[in-house]
Amino acid sequence: MARVLLLGTPNSGKSTLFNALTGGAARTANFPGTTVDIEQATARIADMEVTFLDVPGAFSLAPRSPEEQVASKALLGEPSPDVVVIVLDAPRLQRSLYLASQILDLGLPTVVAVNLMDEAKAVGRPADVDGLKAALGCPVVGTSARSGEGVDALRTAIGAQLMARTPSRPVPWPLPPAAAQDLDEVAKLVPDEGAGRKRVWAQLALLSGTDLGRPAAFVDDAVARRTRARQSGRDLDSELIGARYAWVESLVPTPVVDPAKPSRSDVIDRVLLHPLWGGLSFVVVMSFVFWLLFAGAEPLVALVEAGVGGVASLATAAFDELGEGEGVLLARNFVVDGLIAGVGGVVIFLPQVALLFGLIAVLEDVGYLARAAHWMDRILRSAGLPGAAFVPLLSGFACAVPAILATRTMPRFRDRLLTMLTIPLTSCSARLPVYTLVIAALVPAQNSWSRPLALGAMYALSTVVTLVATVVLGRFVLRGQASSELIELPPYRAPVASHVARAIVGRVSDFVNEAGRIIVVASVVLWALLAFPRQEADVLVPPDEAAALVAAGADVETLVAQRQLEQSYGGRLGKALEPAIAPLGMDWQIGVGLVGAFAAREVFVATLAIVHGVSGDDVEGDLAARLAPDLSVPAGASIMVFFALSMQCLSTLAVLRKETGGWRWPAAVFAWMTVLAWCASWVTFHGLGALLA
Amino acid sequence: MTLDGLAKGIVGKVTVVGGTGSFRRRLMELGLLPGTQVARTGSAPLGDPLSFLVRGAVVCLRRDDARLVEVVVAG
Repeated sequence: MARVLLLGTPNSGKSTLFNALTGGAARTANFPGTTVDIEQATARIADMEVTFLDVPGAFSLAPRSPEEQVASKALLGEPSPDVVVIVLDAPRLQRSLYLASQILDLGLPTVVAVNLMDEAKAVGRPADVDGLKAALGCPVVGTSARSGEGVDALRTAIGAQLMARTPSRPVPWPLPPAAAQDLDEVAKLVPDEGAGRKRVWAQLALLSGTDLGRPAAFVDDAVARRTRARQSGRDLDSELIGARYAWVESLVPTPVVDPAKPSRSDVIDRVLLHPLWGGLSFVVVMSFVFWLLFAGAEPLVALVEAGVGGVASLATAAFDELGEGEGVLLARNFVVDGLIAGVGGVVIFLPQVALLFGLIAVLEDVGYLARAAHWMDRILRSAGLPGAAFVPLLSGFACAVPAILATRTMPRFRDRLLTMLTIPLTSCSARLPVYTLVIAALVPAQNSWSRPLALGAMYALSTVVTLVATVVLGRFVLRGQASSELIELPPYRAPVASHVARAIVGRVSDFVNEAGRIIVVASVVLWALLAFPRQEADVLVPPDEAAALVAAGADVETLVAQRQLEQSYGGRLGKALEPAIAPLGMDWQIGVGLVGAFAAREVFVATLAIVHGVSGDDVEGDLAARLAPDLSVPAGASIMVFFALSMQCLSTLAVLRKETGGWRWPAAVFAWMTVLAWCASWVTFHGLGALLA
Repeated sequence: MTLDGLAKGIVGKVTVVGGTGSFRRRLMELGLLPGTQVARTGSAPLGDPLSFLVRGAVVCLRRDDARLVEVVVAG
């Protein structure tokens, strides 16, 4: 099947164009050997099945971040795309022509789309499509992907190019003689076919010393030439880049800078980046995002819970039809408490993951996300991070798994790693059920003001610890200055529904694939730990004791379930944990809950419900009432602090392993967070104990 | 003078792009080359980073990084 690759600078509307061309039925796939997403979709063009590929935006083929590297590899690696579509950013034409000039040098069949024509016209810099067509010598189509203008013409041009396969013409950029000689000499050493490809590889090596994972003899030569050029007072970077820009300027005039004529975005920025109003609006926007993340997700979460509950009772009823044998009972428990509960534990996250990524996509489309990173740079820099870390850190408050995936946009691995290591400390939404349960048990009055206060305190604690941990890790473990910030403020635009929908679908499927499987497997394992070994009911509760209970009107079955759990492997594990957690005010039942929480934090609530023999419609309320008499304030606070700071999430560890390329960092995070959580809980338990005594 | 000293709304012309490595290369790839016109458009609410208009795009630079770029203000 023919492959068409879309390439362009960030904010050029490339993804919107991709959606318009393909109808938006994209599936994300990881680029081989990396963790960065490329999107694929099939469409029919001129009676041909065509696969469209969308890679992250890049300013240059010489990459500066993992995302840009993916763009370069998709273009230069094997298999070569059949047609390349270069998406130009019409209002910022010069800059995207720099990238285009690198791509055109390759001699691949190329179509150029001049996107954002409408925006260029609005700012008074309409793009000259005919002029570009004459100068570039390949099909050039003006498009406005948002309104759909020109998309059909682009599709036709791509179809024609798929038939004709006319190689692109290298652009005539006037290189100084010494630099031209360097380029030619390095190009001779490149093991590739075609003069154009050789020169592009040579140029990337001269600019950045990168080989994109290819045999590197020519790279060594290029690096040596760079050094020699510097020693003789030459500056290869400015020679190579300057020559391309000289060509660009001969083609398109440099926009005249007129500070007296502010754009619409400038006017909005005067408010949104104002020292006072900017600060206020930032707080308002972020609070709204947060509120929507919790309050907005609630009805959806309730719906999912009801759905899972419905499936569980259907399954229970179906098994009950089969009879009452021990085998049937075990099979029923496996399906209902293991499998359905496990799948339920995955889908319960979906509303929040979808909402978070939908919101991030809207903020990104609108252009506010870049402003937020710009805003936060000053603060995050003092913690050793660039402003770009803001969004992943904020996302961590919903779920660490997508948040860790969101660090991929950061250019430096050290910054990425530092962000990934501290994200697990942000208070993810799975901790929320634990907080609510404990708070409900500690504060019986439903409308008491101390409930939200206690919840707020937990979030404050998590935020402070995250920032402090970033500073400490940044100063002592991953030393280094925060990398230089080079973000761009795109013009404010209306969000695009198809783009938001794609972001949601992509991230939700990421979550289901990466974390979902682990959560389901872990839930089943956990169920087995708590269900085995089996013991006869009359051994667990001897007949005379049972008779006494029945006489007193008590429930024997609940006691059987409790004792069964107590002697299960999970129960034994909880008891084995007791000496370690007793100093934190926790008993063995909490220990079993901690074992369960490792599958997913909110499983803590379900496990405690089994341990305490609570079942029914309002598990949380009943459980809180059951816990209340025995749970002291220091012990409850200690549980919450432990959950806030400990690394109890298999999914996060699995994603960390994938993103850092080994078990070393996840193991380190697990170890230090456990130690931190233990110490903080100890201080909380004993400190509060002394204070309240 | 250097780029960080450019007052808001004033247009300058780049003379020297300092700095090192991939950051300097990227500045130039974004079109910030000797001879290029730049205007300061504003700054983040906390006074840093600064934002500049370069070839029709708004690019943000920290004060420390902006200090590496020398400019002259056209008389």
